[in-house]
Amino acid sequence: MKLTVNGVTHEIDAGLAEMRLLDWLREELGLTGAKAGCEIGACGACTVLVDGRPVKSCTRRLRDVAGKSVLTIEGLTPLDGSLHPLQQAFLDAGAVQCGFCTPGMILAAHALLLRNPAPARAEIRQALQGNLCRCTGYQQIIDAVELAAKSYQK
Amino acid sequence: MAVSEMREKGWRNDGRAKVTGGAKFTGDLKFADMLHAVPVYADYIHALLTGINTAEAEKSPGVVRVLTYRDVPGANRFGQIIRDFCIFADDRIRCHGDVVAVVVAETRAQALAAAALVRVEAEPLPALLDPEKAMQPDAILIHESHGSNIINTHRVRSGDTEKGFAAADLILEKTYTTPFVEHAYMEPEVSIALPRPDGTMEVYGSMQHPFSTRRFVAACLGLPLADIEVIGTPLGGGFGGKDDTAAIVCARTALAARLLNRPVKMVYSRQWSIRESYKRHPYKVDYKMGLTREGRITAVDCRIIADGGAYCSVTPWVTWRSTVQCCGPYVVENVHCDTFGVYTNNPVTGAMRGFGSPQMNFVIESMIEEAAEKLGLTGIALRRMNLVRQGSTTITGQKLEGHTVAMEQVLDKVLEEIDYQNKLARCSHGRGNEEELYGIGLAMSYRGVSLGAEGVDFCAAIVNVQADGSVLLEAGVHENGQGAEAAMSLILARELGIDVDKIRYRRSSTSVIPDSGTTVASRGTIMGGGAVALAAQELKQKIAVFAAPELACAPEEISFTSNQIIGRGGRSLPFAEVIRGMFQKQQFPYALGVYRAPQVSWDEETGQGKAYFTWVYGCQAVELTVNRKSGKVRLLNAVACHDVGKAINNTMLLGQYYGGMAMGTGYALHEDLHIDGGRIGHTNLNRYRIPRSTDLCEMRAIVVENHDPVSPTGAKSIGEPSNEIMAPAIANAIHHATGVRYYHLPIRIAGTDVPEEAQKRGQL
Repeated sequence: MKLTVNGVTHEIDAGLAEMRLLDWLREELGLTGAKAGCEIGACGACTVLVDGRPVKSCTRRLRDVAGKSVLTIEGLTPLDGSLHPLQQAFLDAGAVQCGFCTPGMILAAHALLLRNPAPARAEIRQALQGNLCRCTGYQQIIDAVELAAKSYQK
Repeated sequence: MAVSEMREKGWRNDGRAKVTGGAKFTGDLKFADMLHAVPVYADYIHALLTGINTAEAEKSPGVVRVLTYRDVPGANRFGQIIRDFCIFADDRIRCHGDVVAVVVAETRAQALAAAALVRVEAEPLPALLDPEKAMQPDAILIHESHGSNIINTHRVRSGDTEKGFAAADLILEKTYTTPFVEHAYMEPEVSIALPRPDGTMEVYGSMQHPFSTRRFVAACLGLPLADIEVIGTPLGGGFGGKDDTAAIVCARTALAARLLNRPVKMVYSRQWSIRESYKRHPYKVDYKMGLTREGRITAVDCRIIADGGAYCSVTPWVTWRSTVQCCGPYVVENVHCDTFGVYTNNPVTGAMRGFGSPQMNFVIESMIEEAAEKLGLTGIALRRMNLVRQGSTTITGQKLEGHTVAMEQVLDKVLEEIDYQNKLARCSHGRGNEEELYGIGLAMSYRGVSLGAEGVDFCAAIVNVQADGSVLLEAGVHENGQGAEAAMSLILARELGIDVDKIRYRRSSTSVIPDSGTTVASRGTIMGGGAVALAAQELKQKIAVFAAPELACAPEEISFTSNQIIGRGGRSLPFAEVIRGMFQKQQFPYALGVYRAPQVSWDEETGQGKAYFTWVYGCQAVELTVNRKSGKVRLLNAVACHDVGKAINNTMLLGQYYGGMAMGTGYALHEDLHIDGGRIGHTNLNRYRIPRSTDLCEMRAIVVENHDPVSPTGAKSIGEPSNEIMAPAIANAIHHATGVRYYHLPIRIAGTDVPEEAQKRGQL
């Protein structure tokens, strides 16, 4: 079984087929950006992109995602030490407080902007409704996504 | 980047780590040879604990040890006020969240498998789930050593309420109830304890209060405070909720690490977190208000009963704030208030954002509007007639002076921003034939800043400039996600006139900075920032004395700006160069700043005193619609205005507004733990519904900055003010939409609540 994570293809032992994607990312690859907030797919803190679509990694087994391509927050971060425009926008707009929901929130927003690079604020709300945040009231998160949208419009 | 730019852009020292996934929360940490621990619960609400059989669990694969109260070398019971909180259930189980054992194993999966094998023997006792029944003299005692189920009482006695009610033209009497509320921080509790070779213990944890955690750990292990070092890690939200119960998770983990001499990690599931952690207190408030025909409040009599759950936690402090603020921001000469915190076998309750004020503000601000309606006045007119103003005396006899009393200023700003008066005229009041009923509503509060007469209130900061001019800063407040570290750094950068990127905020450690209390009561910026400002002032004095001869001027003529130390006539030296010189001359550019809160006072007998050293003033308004058939509420617009004293980090400040408003919306409309017979029904975030992005509307924050002279930085607070009046603003808007008043939170509107136009005409 093969699985690509952040551009690197991993060969996975069939014995791990039932392991949750979230646990594998965190425990085996050390990619701890995805967080366990509820473990039933209700909070979105574990969101990663699978073939470009937001997926709650606590609800997927490795067998569910075999052969697919996973993007985590670590993979969105440029290797040259800079920030992705969406990450920068989250800082500039004040969209980060405790930061626990942030990786999942950024990836959910990234998926939206790839699909729709000029979303209305109501569309941003809609796209992020599966990602809970208790700190921000979402206002500045929506500001951040709006702010970053320009960089997706090419 | 200049400080002014960074405060506008919401600079955070931890920002980059948090957007890249690099921030290491406690759950992200691993240590070599680390064991895993999980808690064991028993399905009882109230029971005599007659036996815990761990034999089967201990034989389970990978299990290293199963711990119970018998393994605690120090105190199994601890607490901040009353030492009744059980690290492990011992003589009894007192609530469904009690932990009877902890299983420690090589892997978490092994620990989980073994936890199911622990057998608890217990004899059920009658469960006390109604505080008023628990208060009866013949009720079974939940803590026999306390001698009563009444945890604490508070009172206010002011004026003569009999006379006050006699002078009233309208007497309004209502009973309000509010629910348990879960903090629902996104990160469930987690802790790691590392035994060190010298016999000390290093503790990491998802906890809000390192010093409080240290006290719990030290007490449990029977060790001195100096032997425990609690080190701060990024915290995935707290909102007041990660004090006692989070500290106890750390204590149990440290116990396992101590006994097994290996690192131990305990990661909570969401279900355990909701089952065990303390909640916001449910209140029952009987409120009687007398008013003259013109709208002057002549008397208030209120009886407040707070369900403290199975343990005291900070119930006496929470209910004290409710008592002090029991009449809202209004001048009332005749007040009689009795408040009770009561033990029950319900989930334990403690600190949560607002700390006893969200409940009371819902009551008061609903009462004000209802009274106004009965008197044929607007709520605004009634408020204006009674609001506290400069020099007013509060119900506890405190004269509001020494700072700007901004009640009318914040009210006027909100009225103008949201166009309140015009929109009030358009409210549906349940009339008309439209499917969506429209309403606008507002609420106001004043809030005592910081702890008040609840506790000892002082805070330390250490500024330690290095030989190259870079700066280490540490303050006794904790980064709970709000941006405290960034705020402290910005305050220091401004004081020293240096770039903020020269400052490195040290990860906090209880072994370095003096115990500065807890980061609660919206006290982080005022107390921590005050300490930083005072440390900076002391440091500048040292630097100025050193640099004065070289700059050929007196020390008091020296100023600090643009990374330069500037003397008379434009002569200046680079900051780093002066610092280097100080080291060469055997002088440390180091300062400890201590900010002591101004004197407060309280007389428990009369409920009189200078309760808080300063106050914040706020007003919030909401527009919404209510669907006539489904009862569904949709927020359209929300505006908040608070006098925060001074904005330190503008963007982060706005985040505190919005976050508080969102949490208040959940309190008003959504959040329900569904507690039945002492058991929480909604133990995960699919059923316990905190607001989603689509539940909220666009929000607007107005910042009023009347610099507060008692605060060294001029700043006051915002974290709780923004949260504490959202529910009454929503309740008032719903009333204006539907014509129906709700006396219980969360507000559940049945379609049948709103009479059809025809029926309504019939009634009239």
